[in-house]
Amino acid sequence: MSDVDPDLIKAVAPFLWNGLLTSFGLLLLAMAGGGLLGTVLAVMRIAGPRPVAGLAAGYVNGLRSVPLIMVIFWFYLLVPLVIGRPIGAFTSALVAFVIFEAAYYAEIIRAGIQSVPKQQLAAALASGLGPLQAYRFVILPQAVRKMLPILLSQSIALFQDTSLVYVVGLHDFMTAVSVTANREGHLVGFYLFAVAVYFALCFVASQSIQLLNRQSVSP
Amino acid sequence: MTISAVRLASNMASPIVPAAVEQPATIEIARLSKNYGAIEVLNDCSMSIRKGEAVVVCGPSGSGKSTLLKCVNGLETFQSGSIVVDSVSVGDRNTDLTRLRSRIGMVFQHFELYPHLSVLENITLAQVKVLRRSKAEAGEKAMTLLRRVGLGDKAGCHPAQLSGGQQQRVAIARALAMDPIAMLFDEPTSALDPEMIKDVLDVMTELAGDGMTMMVVTHEMGFARHVADRVVFMDGGRILEDAPSSVFFAQPSTERARVFLSKILRQ
Repeated sequence: MSDVDPDLIKAVAPFLWNGLLTSFGLLLLAMAGGGLLGTVLAVMRIAGPRPVAGLAAGYVNGLRSVPLIMVIFWFYLLVPLVIGRPIGAFTSALVAFVIFEAAYYAEIIRAGIQSVPKQQLAAALASGLGPLQAYRFVILPQAVRKMLPILLSQSIALFQDTSLVYVVGLHDFMTAVSVTANREGHLVGFYLFAVAVYFALCFVASQSIQLLNRQSVSP
Repeated sequence: MTISAVRLASNMASPIVPAAVEQPATIEIARLSKNYGAIEVLNDCSMSIRKGEAVVVCGPSGSGKSTLLKCVNGLETFQSGSIVVDSVSVGDRNTDLTRLRSRIGMVFQHFELYPHLSVLENITLAQVKVLRRSKAEAGEKAMTLLRRVGLGDKAGCHPAQLSGGQQQRVAIARALAMDPIAMLFDEPTSALDPEMIKDVLDVMTELAGDGMTMMVVTHEMGFARHVADRVVFMDGGRILEDAPSSVFFAQPSTERARVFLSKILRQ
């Protein structure tokens, strides 16, 4: 490990940095897309008529019963077959993450929505707000506040999961480290470096969430 | 057939049937029944509230009075009978319930202010989103009403910073901001400390004095006696009495109402 020379680090840094950016890009887009789809699923499950709620429940339970790596892999292989042309590793990985994470976000959001007292919805409806407006302006803002710490924790797990995209050959941070380590022959050093980076990022993130949580508990 | 004939007969014999009035009532409840499966919650309830009337609905807990109130703006559904509010049928599938609700104010037992919004935002939200008022216009209306309920200095506060009585007055202001044709009160003082009840009742008394049409579910017999025009007494999902408040307190016609009054007035 001590024989990793500074010039080498300088030389591989841009490659690793690009990998990290890919991981972050995937994380943020998957959070946004998964959060949006998860919200829709949660509202379908809570407020939808029985068939709609059942559909959403089936989706959530189905996706939660398969490993993420399978979803990533199958999307990469199947979507080009369906639409007739390749869609690229990043797009297919992103779609897989959105679809997969939405199932987990949906359950968190559902719990958040159900933690808002029912009478709040009654009050919003009584004031003349439509059902969608009532959710948009009264229920969801309260629900999000309550579930934010859990949503963020789930997003840390998601960040760690982005390393699975190596199966479709996408150069995220982990894959970039792995490629470099093999090329340069410094396996232990580079993998320890990867551990340190993941640990540092996730530790800082989870500590921030705890801080946020403490603040929201005592306003 | 037999049952409905009996019901009809008993209905005609009782003094519940409203006397013929010149103008249609603001709230007209006719032969309303509701059940949860085998459990009957409301049983053949009929009453009406004319424009400018304040009517108190009282009765022991579980008598169905809150459920009856919530049927009026469609927060609860019902199986048979009808409710007509300002010529709009509440139970009709084609009725735009959202629009109807925007014209009926409602005040809840536990205030139900939106905790994530300031007092001012609580009062402006529906004005802006439903009535499409500008923020400035809605804010002005909110301030006028806040001053009217004695809370002009609390606009920037969050609900959690207010006492229960203050929160309930904000809730009344929130409902009034929509310029409702009628106000529904669901036990507005039941969750309040005794010293705060008066502030809320004062606001409601003033409202009744200004000619607001009000349907009030409450145990406040002082309010019923001195402010309400009529008192409706319910028990077991049925309306047992519907009388001018002076008559109701002087000589309740049913034994149930007499027992209820003697219990509640002894306190």
